[in-house]
Amino acid sequence: MTWARLDLALRVLAVDPVGLGGLWLRSRAGPVRDIATTALAATPFDRPQRRLSAAIDDLALLGGPDPVATLAQGRPVRRPGLLSEPALLVLPMAESAPASLAARLAQALDTGHHALVALDEAAEDGEGLPSNLSDRLGLFLSLDSERAPRKLPRPIGPRTLRKARAVYPLVVMPLDLTQALATLAARLGITSTRALLTTRRAARAIAALDGRLTVTEDDLILAAELGLAHRALPETEAAPDQPPDPPPPDQPDTPDSQPEELDLQSLAELLIEAAQAALPPDILAKLQADRANRAARGASGTGAAKAGNRRGRPLPSRPGRPDGRSRIDLVATLRQAAPWQVLRKRSDTRDRALIVHRSDLRLKRYRQVSDRVLIFVVDASGSAAMARLGEAKGAVELMLAQAYSRRDHVALVVLRGLQAELILPPTRSLVTTKARLRGLPGGGGTPLASGLGLALDCALRARRQGMTPSLALLTDGRANIALNGQPDRAQAQADSERIATAIRAAGIAAVTLDVANRPQPALAQLSQLMNSRYVPLPRADARAIAATLA
Amino acid sequence: MTALHRNQATRPQPASGAKPPFPFTAIVGQDDMRLAMILTAIDPLIGGVLVFGDRGTGKSTAVRGLAALLPPIRAVRACPVNSADPAHCPDWAGITNPTIVEKPTPVVDLPLGVSEDRVTGALDVERAIAQGVKAFEPGLLARANRGYLYIDEVNLLEDHIVDLLLDVAQSGENVVERDGLSIRHAARFVLVGSGNPEEGDLRPQLLDRFGLSVQVRSPGDIATRVEVVLRREAYESDPFAFAASYGEAEADLRAAILAARAALPKVKTPRAVLEDCAALCIALGSDGVRGELTLLRAARALAASEATAQASRDHLRRIAAMSLGHRLRRDPLDEAGASDRVARAVSETLA
Repeated sequence: MTWARLDLALRVLAVDPVGLGGLWLRSRAGPVRDIATTALAATPFDRPQRRLSAAIDDLALLGGPDPVATLAQGRPVRRPGLLSEPALLVLPMAESAPASLAARLAQALDTGHHALVALDEAAEDGEGLPSNLSDRLGLFLSLDSERAPRKLPRPIGPRTLRKARAVYPLVVMPLDLTQALATLAARLGITSTRALLTTRRAARAIAALDGRLTVTEDDLILAAELGLAHRALPETEAAPDQPPDPPPPDQPDTPDSQPEELDLQSLAELLIEAAQAALPPDILAKLQADRANRAARGASGTGAAKAGNRRGRPLPSRPGRPDGRSRIDLVATLRQAAPWQVLRKRSDTRDRALIVHRSDLRLKRYRQVSDRVLIFVVDASGSAAMARLGEAKGAVELMLAQAYSRRDHVALVVLRGLQAELILPPTRSLVTTKARLRGLPGGGGTPLASGLGLALDCALRARRQGMTPSLALLTDGRANIALNGQPDRAQAQADSERIATAIRAAGIAAVTLDVANRPQPALAQLSQLMNSRYVPLPRADARAIAATLA
Repeated sequence: MTALHRNQATRPQPASGAKPPFPFTAIVGQDDMRLAMILTAIDPLIGGVLVFGDRGTGKSTAVRGLAALLPPIRAVRACPVNSADPAHCPDWAGITNPTIVEKPTPVVDLPLGVSEDRVTGALDVERAIAQGVKAFEPGLLARANRGYLYIDEVNLLEDHIVDLLLDVAQSGENVVERDGLSIRHAARFVLVGSGNPEEGDLRPQLLDRFGLSVQVRSPGDIATRVEVVLRREAYESDPFAFAASYGEAEADLRAAILAARAALPKVKTPRAVLEDCAALCIALGSDGVRGELTLLRAARALAASEATAQASRDHLRRIAAMSLGHRLRRDPLDEAGASDRVARAVSETLA
């Protein structure tokens, strides 16, 4: 089933690569994906296929003067970039594409000369294609948990393709089908207009491949499976956004079109069924998690991973070759080249004023203070904790309000029930935070160990992104759920201490706020293991917490 | 490394030829966004538009359409900052030919991940190394002078670029003091930013620099969405014919904008309206006087566009949300949206 769909997706893409934007192929690297990429490589697109890498620099991508060749030849030498000519771009490891690359690709797609196949290898939750790309790619396919096909997909023949491309501009889509498509998108909670345009084009391409001049219902269903299904919101989220059923305002105007209206409705139902059947059961939830986390992480664009060669405190420059992302330290370069001028001139045939070799080039370096991410671990166990949960929520919101000037990101881990939960991945977005905090329930045990584990995980991930993590633990210290989810006080305490040691070993700054009515010796001890500041704060309120952390 | 980036903004333009942008007047719905953009076209001093909202709602289409709609500017041909008068050309550019030509209103894209050099301009490394000449290579800010600077995903822009923009947007002048260069040139542009609020907020300082802000949403009703799709498809299949079919509407709007520009200086502002502005800003507790100024300018531009002789309370009402919505002090514990708060204040103050 999936393989037939892959086959169709490639054919459709070959008919109108630019109009459709491209294909988002979600699959881990492996033999199954190799089959797909082989089929892709064998498809005779109207433009060459070019492979990008996530670490591509601007010179290779956009082209420009080649400094190394320029120096060697003593005259300006330009080099074309991958985007200089119309191409079908293939981006492996698309889930880790940096925001700047995604933005450039999105702009390149908008110029209408390129199409993109994004190979998304997202493994963990929280990874996924940047949303500015996923919105522009018209087709989606997931090969996760798919087995190798019995028959390898056969790429479209050049003659069939030529015929389909000739027919494609003439294919029309009846108005009622366009309306059904719009209805469907509204029902699925899809807001992007691009989705409608690309799905409509896909439907026309399918008809063209079949040699027909009119789009049929079946074409549209096939197209919706490829182009709309993955954009759908899970039903619970789609519902509130939706206007209370569109037909009523229309009906008084057009009483005679009632049967047609019904027809439209049933067609939409059919499309929804098709769209839902097209997806592996948990993919929607997973995509949604990607999207939410992407969104939450979106702040990474405003300042995360900064190895730093553009701003901050200057460091001594280092030798290197310019890659378009670093700046040449001109003075240092000249200083390096100066002593050699006499010697070099002796062997120079062209009588140049200044002879600079590649080895003379010096690049600027900067050091920069990285962003702080504050990870709250909040105890929400038992009914008595509800008040503290409210306070913690308040503190998180207050922290966020200050985050603009302080450049802090905030994350929230909640201890409740049998397992702790990362309610809010690191974010600086007020909108996302409010949405996640609202209606956050509490109750149950205190899985302190699992919570600290999650926080450690989150902290390490933040550190990989170049941020400086710190922990804030708000609890009364009565850990009663062990790491394995079993209620066992002694084991729970031992597990917590183990993880606390790990946090100390990772060198993560932490502060422990004891919110029990009387200070807890066990918690003070745990705090010491973590090497954290211990602050007893009976009856903490939001402002006091925020003040302590400031 | 400036020279490397030179090609960045001049996008590759293979074979197909330049097709006309999607006509501004063919955009379906999004009345707030269109009104805000037209107001800044009438009075650039209003200071830019911020468009926040869903993806694929025609934000960048509108910017490009508007620039194509505006009458061309008259500028010195070789001038890198589009000066109107040879006397105003910066001396570092070494302009010898004072020919004045008509140029289309510039729209410059500021891509995410752009380098600082590329934005402000820097030493032309290529010429420095190859010819030993200390020359300045102008950046995006120079090209955007007298036009539009468009930043998609403005909320994801790196902080150090934001700092640069804040300074230039405020002073209207780009000052470069680096690599042994000391250069300044005019950089007055209308800043247009767009983004999706779910991916991160904008710093209040940058928010404040935008004169107007509007929220866009995808149209909710089916008929509108179908119309959007049909128009887009008609445009894609034959951009020239489609643009031609809106030629008259475009010409009308252009004439209206020009007429409004001419009428703007004559629009009177009664003292009562000034007091209303102040009262509104006090009621909302917006910081600084930028709110009042924008409110006033936008109201006058709206009055000019409707050929009324003076700005009125009604004009204020209609542009209050877009002028003040983004200037409110953010209260994390207040659930009501900014536009609701403005609407509340308007109905209380201007009853």
